[in-house]
Amino acid sequence: MAEGISDLTGSTFDETIGAASEPVLVDFWAEWCGPCKMIAPILEEIAAEQPGIRIAKVNVDEHSDIARRFEVMSIPTLILFKDGEPAKRLVGAKPKGALLEEIGEFL
Amino acid sequence: MSSTREVIIIGSGPAGLTAAIYTARANLEPLVIEGEPSSTSDQPGGQLMLTTDVENFPGFPDGVMGPELMSNFRAQAARFGAEFITAKVTRVDFSARPFGVWVGDDEYRADSVIVSTGAQSLMLGLQDEERLVGHGVSTCATCDGFFFRDQEIMVVGGGDSALEEATFLTRFASKVTIVHRRDELRASKIMQDRAFANPKIEFAWNSQVVALHGEQRLEAVTLEDTTTGQQHRVEVSGLFIAIGHRPNTDLFVGQLDLKDNGYLITDPDSSRTAVDGVFACGDVQDDIYRQAITAAGSGCMAALDAERWLEAQSH
Repeated sequence: MAEGISDLTGSTFDETIGAASEPVLVDFWAEWCGPCKMIAPILEEIAAEQPGIRIAKVNVDEHSDIARRFEVMSIPTLILFKDGEPAKRLVGAKPKGALLEEIGEFL
Repeated sequence: MSSTREVIIIGSGPAGLTAAIYTARANLEPLVIEGEPSSTSDQPGGQLMLTTDVENFPGFPDGVMGPELMSNFRAQAARFGAEFITAKVTRVDFSARPFGVWVGDDEYRADSVIVSTGAQSLMLGLQDEERLVGHGVSTCATCDGFFFRDQEIMVVGGGDSALEEATFLTRFASKVTIVHRRDELRASKIMQDRAFANPKIEFAWNSQVVALHGEQRLEAVTLEDTTTGQQHRVEVSGLFIAIGHRPNTDLFVGQLDLKDNGYLITDPDSSRTAVDGVFACGDVQDDIYRQAITAAGSGCMAALDAERWLEAQSH
């Protein structure tokens, strides 16, 4: 069962992504990003409705090292990690239906 | 199919939400189909969702953040009973009343419709542009500027939004070059003064971007001199596009009268369109002023026009 959205930091990122048996969708966001705010409630809904996937987020302001490591150059960027490796990358805010369609194969 | 409403508002920028506040307070129980999340300005809240400090909206002496202002507009409309659907209208039928508005297969009917779908940023239309969006090419300085710390970047455009973006981007970038097709700007005096005074901003006059280079991410662009046609390559990691807007009127082609440039036509001193009972407000019908405050003002006009029109119909 998915248990809400956790905040990842430099020290928890690798452990969380590496240890997860289910795919992890990571939302790279920041407080000053309007489109990020638009998709935040959508991700919360998906977290509640889709037990097969885990959702986490990285605040790029506070953890710019993680953003750099994955070459995030635009937010919101969503990266889906499977078995610890990036498997899918989505740039830009999208409505819920489109988002679910994009990640459908991992649900 | 749900029952017929008195008014449906399409779009939720300053114009649509002001129309929502006024029609809600007039007990017209507006349904606002506000749009869907996107990283373009074609999203709930509209163009202000992609800005930071708004300094010219009256009532905020210290300025206000664009997204915060729009969230306040929306809360004010909701307080008076406006209902919201977070989705994009896919089709309209204004040929008979009650008018039809569709979101996919969901059909909504209303005696009157207020169109406030706004405008969205133009792209350059270059090959590779779409592929490189999010990888160095951006239309949202506030979303992406952060990632270009200490880098040399470019802004394309010569209007207020280009200069505002360039000025904002100097918070991060080491140098911002404004690429403009002509040798003078059309931006307002205050924005020009700010840009000229900023030591990090340079200008590439009489220039246009004609090609983008880079596999995984943007690495360089080709600039062409608009007077001589000479081309040269410039290394750059970020390209921000602010060359203007086009109205979101694709939905209304064949239904409402459009100007040659795509903007909706409204009667002088009114929000009335060519179709009785359909009103338009905000940037979708304004190719002159295009300000949050003028959009809000015209949203109020549309609400009052719709209210009076509905009242006249019932007599």
